[in-house]
Amino acid sequence: MSYVRLVDVTKRFGEVTAVNKLNLEIAKGECFSMLGPSGCGKTTTLRMVAGFEDLDDGEIHVGERLLSSKKKGYYLPPEKRDFGMVFQAFAVWPHLSIYENVAFPLRIRKLPSAEIDSRTKTALKATNLLDVAKKSPEDLSGGGKQRVALARALAINPDVMLLDEPLSSLDPHLREEMRFEIKDLQRQFGFSIIYVTHDQAEAMALSDRILVMKLGVVQQIDTPMNIYRRPANKFVFSFIGLHNFLEVERKEGAYRLLAGEALDKNLTPPQDLATEARLTLASRPSEIDFVDDGGISGRVIRKSFLGEFVDYQITVGEQTVRVQKGRRTQGPEKDENCRLQLLHPVWYKVDE
Amino acid sequence: MSPTSPTSSAIKKDSGFGAAQIILTLSIGILVVVVAVPVLLIFLNAFWDNNNDFNLAAVVKVLSEPDTYQALLNSIIIACGTTLGSTAVGTFFAWLVTRTDLPYKKFMKGMFLVPFMLPSFIGALAWKMLLSPRAGYINRFFMDTLGFDNPIFNIYSYAGIVMVEIMYLFPFVFIQVCGALEHMDPTLEESARISGAGLGTITRKITIPLVLPSILSGALLIMLYSMAHFGTVAVLGIENGIFNIPTLIYEKIHQSAGSFESIRTGTVLASVLVITAAFIIWMQNKILGKGRYQIIAGKSFRPMELKLRGLRIPLLIFCLAYIGFTIVLPTAVIFLVGALPTYGLPFTLENLSLENYKFILFDFKVTRDAIFNSVTLGLAAALITMFAGVMISYVIVKMKVRGKGILEFLGMLPFSVPGSVIALGVILAWSGKFGINLYNTVWIILVAYIARYMAFSLKANSAALEQVHDSLVEAARACGATMWQALRDIVLPLVRPGMLAAFFLIFLPSLRELTVSIMLYAPTTRTIGVAIYTLNEDGETVRSAAMAGVALILIIVGQTLINRFTAKHKR
Amino acid sequence: MAKITLNAVSKSYDKRAVLQNLTLTVDHGECFTLLGPSGCGKTVLLRLIAGFETPDAGVIHIGDDMVAKAGEASIPPDRRDLGVVFQDYAVWPHMSVFQNVSYPLKLAKAPPAELEEKTRKAIALVNMQGLEERLPSELSGGQQQRVALARALVAQPSIMLLDEPLSNLDANLREEMRFEIKELQHKLDITVFYVTHDQEIALAISDRMAIMDKKGKIRQIGTPVEIYEKPADLFVFNFVGVANFITVNKQGNTLYAGTGAQAIPWEMPEDIASAAMNWIAGCRPSDVIIARPASVDKSADKGADKYLRGVIKRASFLGAMMDYLVEIDGAHLRTALETHYAISNDLLFKEGDECAITFHNLHWFDAAHMSEITE
Repeated sequence: MSYVRLVDVTKRFGEVTAVNKLNLEIAKGECFSMLGPSGCGKTTTLRMVAGFEDLDDGEIHVGERLLSSKKKGYYLPPEKRDFGMVFQAFAVWPHLSIYENVAFPLRIRKLPSAEIDSRTKTALKATNLLDVAKKSPEDLSGGGKQRVALARALAINPDVMLLDEPLSSLDPHLREEMRFEIKDLQRQFGFSIIYVTHDQAEAMALSDRILVMKLGVVQQIDTPMNIYRRPANKFVFSFIGLHNFLEVERKEGAYRLLAGEALDKNLTPPQDLATEARLTLASRPSEIDFVDDGGISGRVIRKSFLGEFVDYQITVGEQTVRVQKGRRTQGPEKDENCRLQLLHPVWYKVDE
Repeated sequence: MSPTSPTSSAIKKDSGFGAAQIILTLSIGILVVVVAVPVLLIFLNAFWDNNNDFNLAAVVKVLSEPDTYQALLNSIIIACGTTLGSTAVGTFFAWLVTRTDLPYKKFMKGMFLVPFMLPSFIGALAWKMLLSPRAGYINRFFMDTLGFDNPIFNIYSYAGIVMVEIMYLFPFVFIQVCGALEHMDPTLEESARISGAGLGTITRKITIPLVLPSILSGALLIMLYSMAHFGTVAVLGIENGIFNIPTLIYEKIHQSAGSFESIRTGTVLASVLVITAAFIIWMQNKILGKGRYQIIAGKSFRPMELKLRGLRIPLLIFCLAYIGFTIVLPTAVIFLVGALPTYGLPFTLENLSLENYKFILFDFKVTRDAIFNSVTLGLAAALITMFAGVMISYVIVKMKVRGKGILEFLGMLPFSVPGSVIALGVILAWSGKFGINLYNTVWIILVAYIARYMAFSLKANSAALEQVHDSLVEAARACGATMWQALRDIVLPLVRPGMLAAFFLIFLPSLRELTVSIMLYAPTTRTIGVAIYTLNEDGETVRSAAMAGVALILIIVGQTLINRFTAKHKR
Repeated sequence: MAKITLNAVSKSYDKRAVLQNLTLTVDHGECFTLLGPSGCGKTVLLRLIAGFETPDAGVIHIGDDMVAKAGEASIPPDRRDLGVVFQDYAVWPHMSVFQNVSYPLKLAKAPPAELEEKTRKAIALVNMQGLEERLPSELSGGQQQRVALARALVAQPSIMLLDEPLSNLDANLREEMRFEIKELQHKLDITVFYVTHDQEIALAISDRMAIMDKKGKIRQIGTPVEIYEKPADLFVFNFVGVANFITVNKQGNTLYAGTGAQAIPWEMPEDIASAAMNWIAGCRPSDVIIARPASVDKSADKGADKYLRGVIKRASFLGAMMDYLVEIDGAHLRTALETHYAISNDLLFKEGDECAITFHNLHWFDAAHMSEITE
């Protein structure tokens, strides 16, 4: 059951089309991430859902409610949309106590004071802030401030929570901890999440589905596992983690590395690409094994011990690949020859 | 991460014990002679009687005399009125140009800053010409043409003084609040919006409270300025017997030609000013240091704009009218009156000529001397203060030598000593008491200017020096540069813009200086400000206006050149 | 010979001892990293070597020259034959790239032709050709950092001191630059002394590294592999790399995981009986072997008592890695599996699944030292 629906949503800033005919359906209680490099239109999309930007075309619905529609000339201002939203820079109000920050949305709605108190306390409790409720948010660290922002967004018990890079101002350790906290809150309160980030690991760990965007155009919408294992194109492949792109050419009926040796016989492109003269073979550094026989031959030009794993730079023909193996795996030394087997490569057209 | 104590040791070690100590001693010496001694003499004179006994009763007695008491009260009344009014006006306009869809906002913002440039006593002069009860052009228009029985407004009143001060001081609040509103993280307001609050509620509950520290800090600045302000009250108040502290000090010193009693009264009043100023600055530091919220942040979108809708055009007209009434009208009146043969004639074409301008520029020795004096005094004060300021700032910001604490304290002093206090102080210090008598020479004005403008130089130069991170110098050392080579090749080129800024910050205001020069001038050492003021006092209104017109042109040309220059160097 | 020797060096600020009686040798031609938490005094050590600070006690040698001795006039930084790169780049904003890089040669009064040639060479070395006339304000952070590097290298110093030079760069650039620094070091055969709090950079770049604690004390010196695989103590183990700690309860001469009754399937510490202390076990996520209980039970040589039975509390898919949080009777540990390995070996666990845990390796520590790392 789709709950949030975006139909042909388009946004232009002058000459630039920030978002182009975006169609999207997000289920109730789903955690949906929008992932992409800066300027890809993910934040603009979120701001259109929030109501901070109007649309140039299309419609946005939540449940039975129409939020924005260009055609019908309808636009519901953000203060009437009843969403929770958390911003990158925390945006907690330093002149109000933590309690008053969280109570603010409830006071605006003129709820009875007993209810304001109980709902504020519920939100504070869920975010472990009850003990510091009387303090100023300025007394808290970055993680604490972001908790206040979360509690404030929770206070009205919204159906949809909009999160705009909420963790990127935090240090890495805290980022991970908060990620789990957001997930726990979602379980507890059951809201849908629309999450904007440029950090692929964060999106992977948190989401039920991920949208990858580039220059306002959708590249792929899928589960984290599929996004990682079966990226729709080279852009998605490269954006989602470390990558090797090897160019191969078809010669005498077999594919071989550009100006190099032939690939293993069992390494063949899917049917629809089998006629291309040149292809790109994409693989992850962690999905390459050192083997004694078969595979392709290479030479280690750099080997760095990085703790949990060892990082190799290896030349194969005229190209280089990067390999990362766990620290317990025996590998070749610098300047040694080796053979590499690609475990789970994906084929793409060269110019894709 | 790095420890808090960098730079220093290298400097301490290699520039040699002697060099560092010499620079420090020289810096302390300059501040002591120029600022500390005069202030100290004022306190000594105020609180110690002829027998060198601490005598508080005498101070109380002076303060409870009717005219001193009244002046004190007036200073407070005028300062409070001005502060309240300016804060309201400044905040309102700042909000209007940053948070609404008012048309021509950029132009408006520029115009609202113009009063910064205009000397307020010239403004007061203009308003006197427009609204003095009998002769003012506006009042006459209402009485003669429209048949009113009484003048519609008497500018020689508290209300008149406060009104004129507001016109020229509100930019202090305007610029602070504009800055805060422009740099404020828009998500602070957006998060209120998504919480369900409308724009009105957000303005009341979020925006205004968040910029409150900036508003207060601007307000305190105005309070400080107005308490110690001489020009407007002198032009508009004395006629009706309204004195504030600076004008009363002037009156006492001027009229009684330095009798013991009047100097006594002057020093007591000056002490009150210094103490008040110090208190206000302390308050301001407190507000700025602790109260200012960290509301500036990353990712920026356009802040929300309130759609004025039906009010858009009426508010535009209001703003234009305000600008016309407070900036264009008075400026035009100055130039027009300066072109009349006699004050009071109507502005008809046959009445207007350049005769007065020609006279004051080429024929009238008094004004020609004044222009020459102001320009040379300004240049000399700006140069000396710039170099002294860069040296003192360097010691304060960059060096770690024993005894620096004294210098830091002394460096704060110039900020809290108002002009009339400095003038009185230099009279006490340089009238032969210590063997040097500069009284009635141009040198005493120069010394006073240096003291008065030292604060500007310290501010600009310390800001520039703080930009020169220690690692820039250390990098040069590691590249093989000696301490002096690093100073020459790295530090000096980098603080040059700060030094230039200091120069102009001093040179321009000194062209229109009145408060200090009026207390120190001798017949041949008039400055532009003094010339305008005394001509006006002597009833030479049209020549005074012409001289004011010339001063305005000098200031505007100077300011334009500087803006050009800084714009070019910012790139 | 560009060897750096510090002998019994101490330094205090405002009576707060930052370094105490510290002795350290950096050999010629090696890349030596000083790794420690923020505020531990590692920058002070670098500044002592550079000559920006003087020691309160002790002696510092560079090669055969004594450059500083407490209480005596020291050789100033400009005569120590060093290149220094600062965390904030310290590129002079009023000089072009060329002027910045050539400045050390200008000071050395190099003839114009030589100055020109050496400067161009240094700029080429850091791949900045074509940008010679730019001002620093027109360069990105990474480019400014390269200018700083070129400037430090141009006079061919025998020693380079680097103070967190990469911490202001983004992750990709940081990785690229750390390889570049390493390469330059090899190419030019210079001694590099590198200060950082980033353990990943330290592991990647160093020939040898020293771990410094918050009090300015050096805990261990060794190669990256030695530090990682044979940590001297709990602090080092925790500071370098991801650390799992398994709380244990001791009954007789057996250690049980968490609060339960499953004996830890690993060789007990030798002095288990005699030592009166509380033990804690440490391991890396990659030291944890995770399996499905059913598959382990089937294999003959591993009985149920040879592994720990745990529950998956949290399963996070991070792309290349599957990250599991496992609870064993109140003790928690994290394990990281390569995703493709997890998929091909049926090790994609869901939250709440049971799992069997064994270890590649375990370290035993005195639990009392946990307070060092948790404050």
